[in-house]
Amino acid sequence: MKILKSTPLFRGVNTALHLDFSKDKVPTRNGYGDGLVELGTKNKNVVALCADLTESIRVEPFATKFPRRFFEMGVAEQNLVTVASGLAAVGKIPFASSYAAFCPGRCWEQIRTTICYNNQPVKIVGAHAGISVGPDGATHQALEDVALMRSLPNMIVVVPADYEQAKKATLAIADYKGPAYLRLTRSKTAQMTSARTPFRLGEAQVFKQGNDVAIIGAGPILQSCLEAAALLEREGIHARVINCHTIKPLDEKIILRAAKECKRVVTVEEHQITGGLGGAVAEFLGEHFPVPLRRIGVQDRFGESGEPNELMKVFKLDATAIVKACLDVVKIKK
Amino acid sequence: MKRLTSIPALQMMANIIREDIITSLQEAKSGHSAGPLGMADIFTALYFNVLEHNPRNPAWEGRDRMVLSNGHICPVLYATMANAGYFPKKELFTLRKFGSRLQGHPHRESLPGLETTSGPLGSGLAQAAGMASGLRLDGKKNVVFCACSDGEQDEGNHWEAVMFAAKNKLGNLIAITDRNYIQIDGNTEQIMPLDPLDEKYKAFNWDVKVINGNNMKEVLATLQQARARSSTATKPLMIIAKTTPGKGVDYMENDYRWHGAPPGTLKTERAPALDRQAAVALEEIHAHEVEERGNWYHSHFKFKPLHEMKKELKVKNVDKKTVGTGRKKR
Repeated sequence: MKILKSTPLFRGVNTALHLDFSKDKVPTRNGYGDGLVELGTKNKNVVALCADLTESIRVEPFATKFPRRFFEMGVAEQNLVTVASGLAAVGKIPFASSYAAFCPGRCWEQIRTTICYNNQPVKIVGAHAGISVGPDGATHQALEDVALMRSLPNMIVVVPADYEQAKKATLAIADYKGPAYLRLTRSKTAQMTSARTPFRLGEAQVFKQGNDVAIIGAGPILQSCLEAAALLEREGIHARVINCHTIKPLDEKIILRAAKECKRVVTVEEHQITGGLGGAVAEFLGEHFPVPLRRIGVQDRFGESGEPNELMKVFKLDATAIVKACLDVVKIKK
Repeated sequence: MKRLTSIPALQMMANIIREDIITSLQEAKSGHSAGPLGMADIFTALYFNVLEHNPRNPAWEGRDRMVLSNGHICPVLYATMANAGYFPKKELFTLRKFGSRLQGHPHRESLPGLETTSGPLGSGLAQAAGMASGLRLDGKKNVVFCACSDGEQDEGNHWEAVMFAAKNKLGNLIAITDRNYIQIDGNTEQIMPLDPLDEKYKAFNWDVKVINGNNMKEVLATLQQARARSSTATKPLMIIAKTTPGKGVDYMENDYRWHGAPPGTLKTERAPALDRQAAVALEEIHAHEVEERGNWYHSHFKFKPLHEMKKELKVKNVDKKTVGTGRKKR
């Protein structure tokens, strides 16, 4: 994040969003935990369910403060979401949390039938998504969860970029009257947004202005997108960086505008390149405004054990890889 | 709602429902026969006597929740709901057809009165347990019933819910297993043995009752007692109802091949034993009709079975034009 703090390199940052890069790194799961406690205080219909990962997913503060409204489900993800559906049927707003590899990974059909087709306002929270889970290895690194949830009717998909955004997203999906999926990550990651940064479901944010290439990212990987943009500035390339925190519904307006004005697009996500953000943007632009496009993500393979930073580098999800992809598309004539 | 109280009247209603199941399946030309026919007595006892519900106001807060877990037996649920006054009986002709509120497997948002969407197996009990937990959290006295099949208890999700309900001492949860020993591929004990099923539930800290699910007297008494105990019970209750699949149609009874097939062109007849009491029973049902309903289709057709209605209506091709489905447009 050093490069971001050297502001001269960082021309074009959208001041209207009150971004603040000076704070310490915090995992997005902490934002969820804090948001959940705030929600619990505000709304007595909010209940939380967890499948034997209560501390890890930061549901513990809620469970301690509102023990009657917390349901420990044991290691049973199918039951986690179906009981949540039943609770929603009698007026509750259930937050059902586990690791994304298991929920929605293991209980997709139950989410499809009893939550989405039933149209119950259950909030599915998948933590430890992406390869930045690190040493636990591929079994625990969910790289397909966004694809699983994005294909379901009625479901919305939210991938917050940092702690503050995860907190705001938690509050926002509780207000939303239908099923929602919130994707969280394990590692401590950079804070970019501040308490003053606005957040609205379905409205992507331009973190940095620029007209040479649009970098569209989702999740904590936005940090690398910004770093890449700063590096590109040195080369005289002005990249636009878009935080597409809501992958469904996609903010088509802001993406179409970026494609029209920048003429080249690079998507960045810690997910398989099929079915996630890259897939969504490619589908949309392919139909409406085809431009040269590169999708940065996991290339149809499983993760493996390692330190998060090490893995991000090996899997070509770091700033260097983003810069390379941008230079690659920028070469293509407008 | 006003209840049917005499055993003959409930038996008669169960057979009217059976006839309606067959007629609607014949019209649909697909669907499951055996399970719905076997469960007609239990659904009749529930909707015409045991449940607190209001067909005129399906979303009434004070209602008991009736969750159908094995959605494929929905013909019995639809036929029972139609006879109870949730929707016009002639809508049963639309079962499984395009534009119908009576989807091949139940969809909650399509038809008022359905508590959930089901079809994929093993998830109903968990939803019922969630409802029971939520209602108890709010200090409400509503009781949650859940009908499950035996075959669907091959699913892990079902047993996860069994553990959850016991852990949370959900006395307001009453589950009913349609123990008919058949599933698509054959006999349950050959496909994936479940017995001793009652012992399993006891070991999982449930109360268990085993009954003959086609004996109306036993069904009614058990369900009434179950509902009465729910206010003080500290364990969920499983009623294992031994039923005859295809009950009432001689060539279907106990033949697993009818699990997923619709009836052909068969004639249905009431069981002779019931006919002796028919006059008394019909009088009670008739009085119930007049007092409780008053919709044109009921006052016009009284207790008439659906296939007789079809003749009178001269229904040929039933579709959206002849039957207002009321399904909301999207």
